[in-house]
Amino acid sequence: MRHAFAVRIGPVGFRIGSAWAGPVEHLRTLYAGYPTPDDGVADFTVRLEAERPWRRWIRPSVAIRGDFTLPDAAPLPLAQGLLAAEMGMNLQMALGQRRYLILHASAVERDGRALLMTGHSGAGKSTLAALLGERGWRFMGDEFALLDPATGQLHAFPRMISLKNEAIATMAADVDSRRFGPLLKGTPKGDIRHLRPNDAALAAMDRPARPALILFPRFGFESAERPMAPSEVFVRLTQASTNYVALGEPGFAALTGLVKSVPSIAIDYPDTARAVAQVERLWATLAS
Amino acid sequence: MKALVDAMRDPGSIATLDADGWTGLIAAARAEQMIGSLAFRLEGQALPIAVARMCEEARASSAEWRRTALWEAEMAHRALCPLGIPVVLMKGTAYVAAGLDAGVGRSIGDLDVMIPRAALGNAEGALIAAGWEWVKPDPYDDAYYRDHMHELPPLIHRERDRMIDVHHTILPLTARQTPDAAAMIAQSVTLGDGLRVFCPEDMILHSVAHLFADGDLAGGLRNLWDQDRLLRQFGAVDGFGERLAARAALHGLSRHLARALRQTHALYGTPVHAGPLHLSDRLYLRRLTARDRWGRETRPFTRLLFYIRSHWLRMPPLMLMRHLWTKWRKGGIRLPGTDGGEAR
Repeated sequence: MRHAFAVRIGPVGFRIGSAWAGPVEHLRTLYAGYPTPDDGVADFTVRLEAERPWRRWIRPSVAIRGDFTLPDAAPLPLAQGLLAAEMGMNLQMALGQRRYLILHASAVERDGRALLMTGHSGAGKSTLAALLGERGWRFMGDEFALLDPATGQLHAFPRMISLKNEAIATMAADVDSRRFGPLLKGTPKGDIRHLRPNDAALAAMDRPARPALILFPRFGFESAERPMAPSEVFVRLTQASTNYVALGEPGFAALTGLVKSVPSIAIDYPDTARAVAQVERLWATLAS
Repeated sequence: MKALVDAMRDPGSIATLDADGWTGLIAAARAEQMIGSLAFRLEGQALPIAVARMCEEARASSAEWRRTALWEAEMAHRALCPLGIPVVLMKGTAYVAAGLDAGVGRSIGDLDVMIPRAALGNAEGALIAAGWEWVKPDPYDDAYYRDHMHELPPLIHRERDRMIDVHHTILPLTARQTPDAAAMIAQSVTLGDGLRVFCPEDMILHSVAHLFADGDLAGGLRNLWDQDRLLRQFGAVDGFGERLAARAALHGLSRHLARALRQTHALYGTPVHAGPLHLSDRLYLRRLTARDRWGRETRPFTRLLFYIRSHWLRMPPLMLMRHLWTKWRKGGIRLPGTDGGEAR
């Protein structure tokens, strides 16, 4: 393809080809300092193609394709090319990843132990992980956590943090503006702005961590906490995994192992400041 | 794409690949649904660590495909068993159920089975009672399947989300050849657990008919790889070539078999008496290898020719015009190169 870019995020290598220079330039800037795929061989290929040959020039429209493709994925305008690349990479992971059990969860680490946060879209898992990542935790990922069925360890996937709507302002208050990508207005998910994980997160991205706590945060309610039974957590995590079924028995063993050994708590929170305090208190209780 | 054919034909050829070559090979193998077969083919070769990892994952995936396919076959068997009819497994499921080389690493999507045409109505009822449902709600498509196709409209299981294609012969009823479906069922071989597969000759001829007498050759490299493995494995027995030719004559598929032998020999070096390539074979090879190192389809004009041919094979001109008119009014015509590929 005309423009190409290769990057390794945690243990996964990507090759992204694009019919336009724009998306690749943005990727180069945001992913500067990331390693390249192991041995130069990417695990997955993403292609940003013109929806029709003429749509490369006239009302450019980015079709998201690659090794794994959804036939009915809607194309995006070229101005949202960065989002198209992100969606293309997510799609490869969701449909094609077989080495790790994928949990649709954010993760942070402290003292070699990992905190997982999962929940529906809008529950605040991305924002919480991004905030904790600026306040003494190591950021491991805002979208996918990779559980290794062979070891039970959690591997980091610190891609660009995809901040949506109000979360953009929340993080802008905390973080150097040079770490932000361009503001993408009016995407199918609202306003989006990508945030580069900090240097500590990048430096440690090859270091796995042992899962220690799973939280199911919910934004917009009075502070509350409810311990969850392993059976409930198991069912919810099968729904939060994109490759649980495809992995077969190793996936089942990995997931049952996780829910039996790690405590899980549902937490409601009214604002991010109180959420951070809740998380710190729960983590401290766990350690004592 | 040449790299994929070379690696399948001679795994040692990968010694010359650089990093980009590897990435391109893997993208092409995934696009052609051959990553599992490639991974097994490369076992024992010295591979870059990243590639060795991907091959290991692909082999684990194919073990899972195999398990799922065999379970689906068992489910269909349980549903159809009370009818007391022969149920013949087809394509990938048959290869893995019979433990054939062609099944090693084979990606398997839908379950394909063949039953006697007279039993279709009862089979449909039994499957629906066991939880399968119609996929195509469109009345035109439904009637088209029932009047002109070699299979029932596809059914999908509401809990397992897996598709079953119930065939009563191996080519659309509108095709110019009429293979002897009754003979195929009569000569089929039992696997001992109540399920059956075609006899070796028919197994090859079904793959040949599917590729060369029906469809636009998309995914053809994998079909030819199946044929290569089957020809090598069954061809080891004396007199197999003659029996295969005689069986092809019975089904009216002699020309298609000859084409298949030339193509497998040209691509994968299959040890068969193939004869020299025809001029048209070059066009087939161009179509079969129309993919680049990014996994994209190339050669749109060649692909369009084979797309038109696929409709020509299926229908007489007047019927084709009526069909295209109906489809066009429903907005359902998609030319090759305009779709985003299949979800895998």
